[in-house]
Amino acid sequence: MSQTRTIVIECLRFHPETDEAPYYQSYEVPFTEEMSVLEGLQYIKDHLDGTLTFRWSCRMAICGSCGCMVNDEPVLSCQTFLRDYHPARIRVEPLAHFPILRDLAIDQTDFLAKLESVHPYLIPSTGDDPGDQPRHQTPDQVQDYLGYAQCINCLLCYAACPQYGLNDAFTGPAALALLHRYNADSRDAGKDQRMEVINAEEGVWGCTLVGECSEVCPKHVDPARAINQNKIASTQDYFLRFLKPRGRR
Amino acid sequence: MKPRSHEPIFWSLFGGGGMLAALVGPILVLIIGLLVPIGLGFGPEAMNYEQMRGLLGHPMMGFGLAILIALFFFHAAHRILHTLHDLGVHASERLKLICYGSAAGGSALAVLVALVLVLRG
Ligand code: SF4
Ligand code: FES
Repeated sequence: MSQTRTIVIECLRFHPETDEAPYYQSYEVPFTEEMSVLEGLQYIKDHLDGTLTFRWSCRMAICGSCGCMVNDEPVLSCQTFLRDYHPARIRVEPLAHFPILRDLAIDQTDFLAKLESVHPYLIPSTGDDPGDQPRHQTPDQVQDYLGYAQCINCLLCYAACPQYGLNDAFTGPAALALLHRYNADSRDAGKDQRMEVINAEEGVWGCTLVGECSEVCPKHVDPARAINQNKIASTQDYFLRFLKPRGRR
Repeated sequence: MKPRSHEPIFWSLFGGGGMLAALVGPILVLIIGLLVPIGLGFGPEAMNYEQMRGLLGHPMMGFGLAILIALFFFHAAHRILHTLHDLGVHASERLKLICYGSAAGGSALAVLVALVLVLRG
């Protein structure tokens, strides 16, 4: 039997329509060894304060909706355990660098627009229609993109990225990693359409290789690697475009 | 259409300078800072003026060193610009001009000095 202890969870609260500024509210939460921060928040909502707002769904690090800052670190709250902080109190805040919708729920609109801008889907080449047949890939070809396909859009990497914090025009880690995921797929022929995003100042050139995105990513996507591979691609494109036929520069 | 960034030019110079710094730097420190002073593998005359002057009179050495210095300058300029950005100083056109302009000026000077040394033999 796991024994019950008590931990203080300090939550950022903010209701943009009624509050002038965000403030903190502390709750004493009884917890057992296996309880996650998310379960702590759920305890608060069910037993202490029904108005606390936060997102969650899968409770198993799959859906990407429970991201928040715990003691200033971006984490998935379902994958972070209260026992690791006890006896100290913990502070839970919405993901950094995003506008707050309410309490711990952030507004993802900016990211969704960026995600759309990278054409995050397979663009097959015209005249390459296998009909009813599947498109085959070798295990090596799958490995080229599989790591980058693990992204769950949790946005921890945006909260960790100081460049996105300084300038939110930057396309950012997850969107660029997903851009690379499709470029690296042998079934895709959409590279040219994505090059414009890569080449822009707000594209890969917004990154200075701080590397925090890859540190915090719960799915080991390694966005920093994807971005820096595309700095090379963008540099090649920059200099080699003069060798291309006109109209394709 | 989003405008294309000209960063590839400066990033290439930055990368070139960084790679050479990593490759050549430790060797130079080892030779100049350690081996020559303690006389290990090098005679006491190894780095005297005539020796060095003769070395730099050779086009390969003179211009090679000038290019190395130029790339180091561009590496530093790029790093300083980005560090300033991290500290909240926006990389305006003027700041870029100052950073990369100094690097270009320093590089031109290095090439000029090399040219004089090489021509005089
Ligand atoms: S790259 Fe990683 S940290 Fe970023 S959104 Fe995807 S899963 Fe989350
Ligand atoms: S609740 Fe789905 S990732 Fe945490």
